[in-house]
Amino acid sequence: MKPRTPMYGLLAEFHDANELVVAASRAYEAGYRRLDAFTPFPIEGLAEVIGFREKKLPLLVLVGGIVGAITGFGLQYWTSVLAYPLNVGGRPYNSWPAFIPVTFEMTILFAAFTAVLGMLALNGLPMPYHPVFNAPGFALASRDRFFLLVEARDGKFDRDETARFLRSLRPREVVEVAH
Amino acid sequence: MTDSSHKRLAEAAEYETAPVIEPGHTFGSLTDKISAIVLTRQTPKMWFVGAAVSAALTLVLLVSLTKLVFTGVGIWGNNVPVGWAFDIINLVWWIGIGHAGTLISAILLLLRQSWRTSINRFAEAMTLFAVSCAVIFPLFHTGRPWLAAYWLFPYPNTMGLWPQFRSPLIWDVFAISTYGLVSLAFWFVGLIPDLATLRDRSRNRWTQMIYGMLAMGWRGSAVHWYRYETAYLLLAGLATPLVLSVHTVVSLDFAVGILPGWHATIFPPYFVAGAIYAGFAMVLTLAIPLRAMYGLEDFITNRHLENMAKITLVTGLIVVYGYAMEAFFGWYSANQYERFMLINRMTGPYGWSYWALIFCNGLVPQILWIKKMRTNLVVLFVVALVVSVGMWLERFVIIVTSLHRDFLPSSWGMYYPTVWDFSTFFGTIGLFLMLLFLFLRVLPMISIFEMRTLLPEAQVKEVEDLRVL
Repeated sequence: MKPRTPMYGLLAEFHDANELVVAASRAYEAGYRRLDAFTPFPIEGLAEVIGFREKKLPLLVLVGGIVGAITGFGLQYWTSVLAYPLNVGGRPYNSWPAFIPVTFEMTILFAAFTAVLGMLALNGLPMPYHPVFNAPGFALASRDRFFLLVEARDGKFDRDETARFLRSLRPREVVEVAH
Repeated sequence: MTDSSHKRLAEAAEYETAPVIEPGHTFGSLTDKISAIVLTRQTPKMWFVGAAVSAALTLVLLVSLTKLVFTGVGIWGNNVPVGWAFDIINLVWWIGIGHAGTLISAILLLLRQSWRTSINRFAEAMTLFAVSCAVIFPLFHTGRPWLAAYWLFPYPNTMGLWPQFRSPLIWDVFAISTYGLVSLAFWFVGLIPDLATLRDRSRNRWTQMIYGMLAMGWRGSAVHWYRYETAYLLLAGLATPLVLSVHTVVSLDFAVGILPGWHATIFPPYFVAGAIYAGFAMVLTLAIPLRAMYGLEDFITNRHLENMAKITLVTGLIVVYGYAMEAFFGWYSANQYERFMLINRMTGPYGWSYWALIFCNGLVPQILWIKKMRTNLVVLFVVALVVSVGMWLERFVIIVTSLHRDFLPSSWGMYYPTVWDFSTFFGTIGLFLMLLFLFLRVLPMISIFEMRTLLPEAQVKEVEDLRVL
């Protein structure tokens, strides 16, 4: 059995968003698949460049909204028709037009919280520890630096070969990330 | 072409290039400048003065509410026939102010108005604090707020009672609580990357821990950003109909009633426009002193202030159209009660409030048509204050003049606010400002990561082009 590598991956640091996107696309073309990039602001298309495809969140939010609508209307139907029917001048118990505002608000509430909690859950947040924070200078990822990470569990990963490849992309620095 | 049209073209060109960030900033300088406001040890002296004054006013609020709980709602001036007065006026006023925050953060995001970026964070904070102040009024108007749980929320109690879901007042409870929660979620999601920035920039163990916990381990991964952007856009899309629904539901509190002066179909759109109008006036009232206090002229430029002045002017005109339509409906209905309400509103014992309202909301903002005036900070600040007063008067006119003389002359009466009405109202202004000062001290008032995306260096070439390289 191969000994477990103490290394999490190799991290290349760039000064410029364009350089990072070029490097990320080269790395993907070179066959690396366990890639990640760290940037101080969202870069459109960068996730796609490193091979990320996912459309779960909008679907989750739709389901959240539908559940909210059913909950909202169901709550009003149950309390007004089943649990405590109150006859006001012979008007129908299920006076659905009057139930629309609360149904609408509950739809929005459930959908919005699904969006927030779903985003956090899919991203695996909160995550108090992550190896990438061990890298020197990584604190600048939230200021003005751009990082490309090749994880050690990538099938094509080789400590020296990958480091050489990353250096060929002309980053400012390539560092090893301890696990 | 004439000289004047040349001049106008030159002005237009100048306007097109007016920046949303002053040139010369980099990712680093921008991050340092905004985060330094929070991480610095040198808090401006004005902060202490403002925080002290607003904290003193907050104490006035606490005294007023304590007095109310121990004595009863009788310390307020409302009584039959004016059963709703300062409490609902202030509720609607505060909720309305909050609306600009959501408009800036959600609607202007969907409309791709990049100038919103430097004002959305504190406008959203303003929304949250305004909603907090607003809910104090209906809650304490119940007299026994600790019992309000089963009056307002469908909470399974031993009496087997449920709220009346056919009542606009219950719709209001759901609309405002959803609005408060969604605004909080939207605001917090917007803060996560900036909290990570503060975590990484702070040099103090405690602040690192606190910001670190709040940032939840955000590391700026491309995959995270992708889901983050999706969630943020979805939230904006959900908050947009929500914000329109909230003031619609608030207006239904009145419009569903059969009282002349309340029972009007124009209410929902006219209330929503009024809310945005009042809210932008409040954003201007806060933004003008803030940018001077913290030297943020690079980020909150004159273009922001001018754009906001224009929105104030436009929504103000919609509100004035609302007043005109109310008057027209009153006359055109040919209903003696509606017509009486109109005449009484303009010439009755509270006639002064109607004309003060027309002066504040109808006449004064028209000065913003003139470019020289709307780019003059003093004028803009004064107009914004006048609009805030005008929007408060609008709710006073709608509520008090409609209630004090309804169908039966035998039930007519006058309403006079008491000192406790005023102390509670000014107390909430204190609470609002105190929360705002605390926010300015501990959180970045401008969204740092969104400001980074506005810099030219953030523009990345199309991915397809890169493949060719």
